[in-house]
Amino acid sequence: MMVPTRQHFELNIPSSRVNTPPMDATKPPSAAVRKLSVSNLNFYYGDFQALQNISMEILANQVTAFIGPSGCGKSTFLRTLNRMNENVRGSRMEGRILLDGVDILNQEVAYVRRRVGMVFQKSNPFPKSIFENVAYGLRINGLATRATLHEKVENSLRRAALWDEVKDKLNQSAYSLSGGQQQRLCIARALAVDPEVLLLDEPCSALDPIATAKIEDLIFQLKSSCTLVIVTHNMQQAARVADNTGFFLLGHLIEFDNTAVIFKNPAKKETEDYVTGRFG
Amino acid sequence: MVNLHTLRRKTVNIVMLTITGLCTLFAAGTLVYILGYLFVHGATSLTWDFFTKLPTPVGEPGGGMANAIVGSGKLLLLASLFGIPIGFLGGVYLAEFGGSTFSFVVRYVTDLLNGVPSIVIGIFAYTMVVLPQKHFSTLAGGLALGVMMIPIAVRSTEEFLRAVPNSLREGAMALGASKARSILTVVIPAAKNGIMTGIMLNLARVAGETAPLLFTSFGNRYWSSGWEQPISALPVMIFTYAIAPYEDWHKQAWAAGFVLLTLVLTVNIIARAVLSKGRHVAR
Repeated sequence: MMVPTRQHFELNIPSSRVNTPPMDATKPPSAAVRKLSVSNLNFYYGDFQALQNISMEILANQVTAFIGPSGCGKSTFLRTLNRMNENVRGSRMEGRILLDGVDILNQEVAYVRRRVGMVFQKSNPFPKSIFENVAYGLRINGLATRATLHEKVENSLRRAALWDEVKDKLNQSAYSLSGGQQQRLCIARALAVDPEVLLLDEPCSALDPIATAKIEDLIFQLKSSCTLVIVTHNMQQAARVADNTGFFLLGHLIEFDNTAVIFKNPAKKETEDYVTGRFG
Repeated sequence: MVNLHTLRRKTVNIVMLTITGLCTLFAAGTLVYILGYLFVHGATSLTWDFFTKLPTPVGEPGGGMANAIVGSGKLLLLASLFGIPIGFLGGVYLAEFGGSTFSFVVRYVTDLLNGVPSIVIGIFAYTMVVLPQKHFSTLAGGLALGVMMIPIAVRSTEEFLRAVPNSLREGAMALGASKARSILTVVIPAAKNGIMTGIMLNLARVAGETAPLLFTSFGNRYWSSGWEQPISALPVMIFTYAIAPYEDWHKQAWAAGFVLLTLVLTVNIIARAVLSKGRHVAR
């Protein structure tokens, strides 16, 4: 069994980011802050309605997991949060998604995606060097000068717990890395632009248990600097990493609560059937 | 007891294997025969003068095709300048921006253009450039070859861009890249090897075209300066020399054929090597 080593994370998180959730001055520091507020969200692929009237609050600096059977809409929901679904031809969205209280549709799409980063199910490094993969977001958004670029890339790789493995081969192709390393490279690439929210779409589904443990460890560490939303098919994973868990079924958000409640004492029959494996 | 059914099966198998084998042998044999014949006649006729000297007047021995080699180079340069940008950008449009109806029409027309006989392309360039200018020119020949390059440039660019996984486009866009930015910085670089290969094979193909040049660049027995004069090209020289009644011209035609084939084969081999290397990297 892999024992996660924690010490290199603590060293590498920039101190400015530790424990600085965007705080509302009117609330006590302990109160959880709403990062994303979704209200009455409907989503259609052509005539097919993939999401049915979803409303939920995603809290800052917590891990929120979505579980549910294939085709239940959890990935679709995740992709509405950074407007990735807009690229799907014939799709249509109704309802509102507020990021820090501002409708994401009223903000420039590039800006939304910079604030709400995404890691995909299948690792998708660009056919460039390891360094250039991480530098990509910084370059296209003009977020680094020539002097700070290297430092920012290193920082991102450290935050993704990949630096020690790649520091001597930054100019090699990203494809020379293993599957788990490639996925962490994609996380480093997403972290480079300093997103406030990180969406993870089944990030471990193609990885072995050791690589999965590393990524889960990483998710746990990133919580202090980021709001994380993860879609997973693996219920143990949701139970391990998530503070809150939502259960999706046929486009409906059946139940959304504290992870312990969802797995130990769910309010709905469907949730109980699913988490206990009696589904279908 | 020998099963009748099995016997029939085995007989059919042997017969079909023989037929397909013979056909394959015939196809490959023809190519080997052409290559061998060209090699024997071409390589023996090739002299250093071929690359350095101008053609000699009829009856005077010796001489070479230096002007035709340079001429082919100039024509291909013009063709590239004209055909590659249009073909490449058209391919980018079809692969990345095309809607359904318009793209379908463009694709269909492109395939039709690819099937148009090369002599007709020559007539097109003749009408567009030669007639208004009232003289043959390098420009007209380059335009004709450029038009011939467009369909393959469009379709090969489109195919190689389509082969780039969508996850790369999404990855770039999820980082805040606009569609144009992601195409420029991720998609095209990912397809670079394939697109380059397509262009090289395309060039190799038009390098051997004769018909579109016959009444556009026409031919020239001397050096051609600038872009407004008629110009010599290797395939046209082969045509002219091969149908002439002089033995030493035939030898020159063989040599020219050999040089042209060597060029085309070299480009093909390099292009395929580049492509297979690219595949290996991109997995």
